[in-house]
Amino acid sequence: MTQPKTIIEKIWENHTVLSEPGKPDLLYVDLQMVHEVTSPQAFEGLRISGRKVRRPDLTFATMDHNVPTENRASITDAIAKKQMETLSSNCKEFGIEVADLDSPNNGIVHIIGPELGLTQPGKTIVCGDSHTSTHGAFGALAFGIGTSEVEHALATQTLWQSKPKTMEVRVNGRLAPGVTAKDIILAIIAKYGVDFGTGHVLEYTGEAISGLTMEERMTICNMSIEAGARAGLISPDQVTFDYLEGREKVPSGEAFTQKVKEWQELATDEGAEYDAVVEIDSSEIEPMVTWGTNPSQGVGVKGVVPSPTEANSSVDRKAIEQSLEYMDLEPGTKITDISIQHVFIGSCTNARISDLRAAAKVAEGRKVADGVRAMVVPGSQKVKLQAEKEGLDKIFTEAGFDWRESGCSMCLSMNPDFVPEGERCASTSNRNFEGRQGKGARTHLVSPAMAAAAAVNGKFVDIRNLKEPAFK
Amino acid sequence: MEPIIKHTGNTGVLPRVNVDTDQIIPKQFLKRVERTGFGQFLFFDWRFLANGKDNPDFELNQSQAKDASILISDHNFGCGSSREHAPWALQDYGFRVIIAPSFADIFYNNCFKNGILPIRLDEEQVYKLMENGKDEVYEVTVDLQNQNITDENGFEASFEIDPYWKEMLLKGWDEISLTLQYEDKIDQYEEKMNV
Ligand code: SF4
Repeated sequence: MTQPKTIIEKIWENHTVLSEPGKPDLLYVDLQMVHEVTSPQAFEGLRISGRKVRRPDLTFATMDHNVPTENRASITDAIAKKQMETLSSNCKEFGIEVADLDSPNNGIVHIIGPELGLTQPGKTIVCGDSHTSTHGAFGALAFGIGTSEVEHALATQTLWQSKPKTMEVRVNGRLAPGVTAKDIILAIIAKYGVDFGTGHVLEYTGEAISGLTMEERMTICNMSIEAGARAGLISPDQVTFDYLEGREKVPSGEAFTQKVKEWQELATDEGAEYDAVVEIDSSEIEPMVTWGTNPSQGVGVKGVVPSPTEANSSVDRKAIEQSLEYMDLEPGTKITDISIQHVFIGSCTNARISDLRAAAKVAEGRKVADGVRAMVVPGSQKVKLQAEKEGLDKIFTEAGFDWRESGCSMCLSMNPDFVPEGERCASTSNRNFEGRQGKGARTHLVSPAMAAAAAVNGKFVDIRNLKEPAFK
Repeated sequence: MEPIIKHTGNTGVLPRVNVDTDQIIPKQFLKRVERTGFGQFLFFDWRFLANGKDNPDFELNQSQAKDASILISDHNFGCGSSREHAPWALQDYGFRVIIAPSFADIFYNNCFKNGILPIRLDEEQVYKLMENGKDEVYEVTVDLQNQNITDENGFEASFEIDPYWKEMLLKGWDEISLTLQYEDKIDQYEEKMNV
């Protein structure tokens, strides 16, 4: 019998074009997604050296990072406008399909890939954005690359990559009510730190993971990079196949059945060994809130802001001190005593339809607290349309939330949406770095339901205590 | 790309952990469509006061760090996004070498692709370099060929580097031309896998 293998090794082997000792492997790329911020210099490079895009048919572009979410017709930021126009003209010149602002397929790159069915099990997927790991939810090997690699993949459809180590991240047991996929990943990172995944590809396994929907799995894989791993994935199963069936870029009929057969072969074999294993028990996981300036600095909502003296290393202590100063928090402060002025529900982590439904459930019949500005930014135009069909937009606007067009928006505040200096935001995005949501802005990462609950209470509350439980 | 073989230069000490790409180059400066000119925005929020003047407290604004071409920082340098604007900004500002106890993966690779040499050293050695450079002008020599770092007072540390990247930096190669030598292999792969 052949040696049992992990899905990571299987995909790697299937894509190795060249492997020589002492060098990284030359890996074939099945799909490259392109957006307006990290691509202009890559196209510029191609032009300078007179090169073509090798496989425009395996390349797909969208605009998301700096698109306005209010009025798409008038882009006031001249440079942002130039970036979008540059992408359009580059795609035209090199023959690449682009979901521009007028396209019904437009949206955040990591939301539309799966939505269109471009993202499929077993593929190698790259994009000049570190949250490309999101696509790993389908059992694809997906990772973020820099602009030189974007250029390299455009020109050659390959990348030089050193074979990563593998790590199993096992989430045992079943989730308690009120605990979401976002809380799982925040809890894992809080437990093991922002760099435990460095040099590894993560595979999430365990009962709690198999029980998740595709959208929830995407939330988990999305934040693999926050654990230091370039990629994180989940072996495909029936949930994956059901999600994909019937999507625009997925083969149908007999061809689909054939595909499913291939995909079923991909899952990690029983007895396969990983280079490392970490575990977490679902019963340990509570609704999470980050208090610091990196995603590992989070605690359960019933917890308190820690003290630097609790750190178990000098590096940690330094990190805590730096964070508390920036966040203007005192050790020992109860999480539920922290009030917020802004709420952002959006991003490639948590702006799919199920995320908006979860937030709407909390918002329904309630009002955004005085002094709080709350906004909901759907992940794609399709998500927006679906939400409007279900009347979620009404629920949000009646509760006092802003309802916006899709885009990255206040996840990184490259467009006109930002948090003013010194103010606090409960955000469903993935990064709470200094200045991420605006200079001096203080970001607390939470799940969509927790964000909506913070909006209507003006401070963090435990969603499990809400009167009509907004969760099952 | 300009090759790096042996580089002697002044050090700039940034004794902070988890220096992330949002700090290295804040996103308001990412909207350019060119590859150059990012150095003026490096560490913008730390480096400048709200009125646009130099922040006198920022480490790299200290007189001893002027003209530094070797940056010394703490753990997990370059964490955050995959944006290559970070190495572009560091390089455009004048850094050729970055020394830290650990780096974020993507950033580490991006450095090589843009002609910057990232060096992982033991914490103790990094802290020694920081100590030497934090208050006065402190020059060190980084010898890529022999994989070591020395100063005039007897400091010596050797470092590891992937031979592939070493060669690329020594020769100042562009990766795409290298790959295109294997074009037939890529053709064969596509045929075999039917892509
Ligand atoms: S939503 Fe945020 S994390 Fe996701 S692609 Fe956009 S900027 Fe990156």
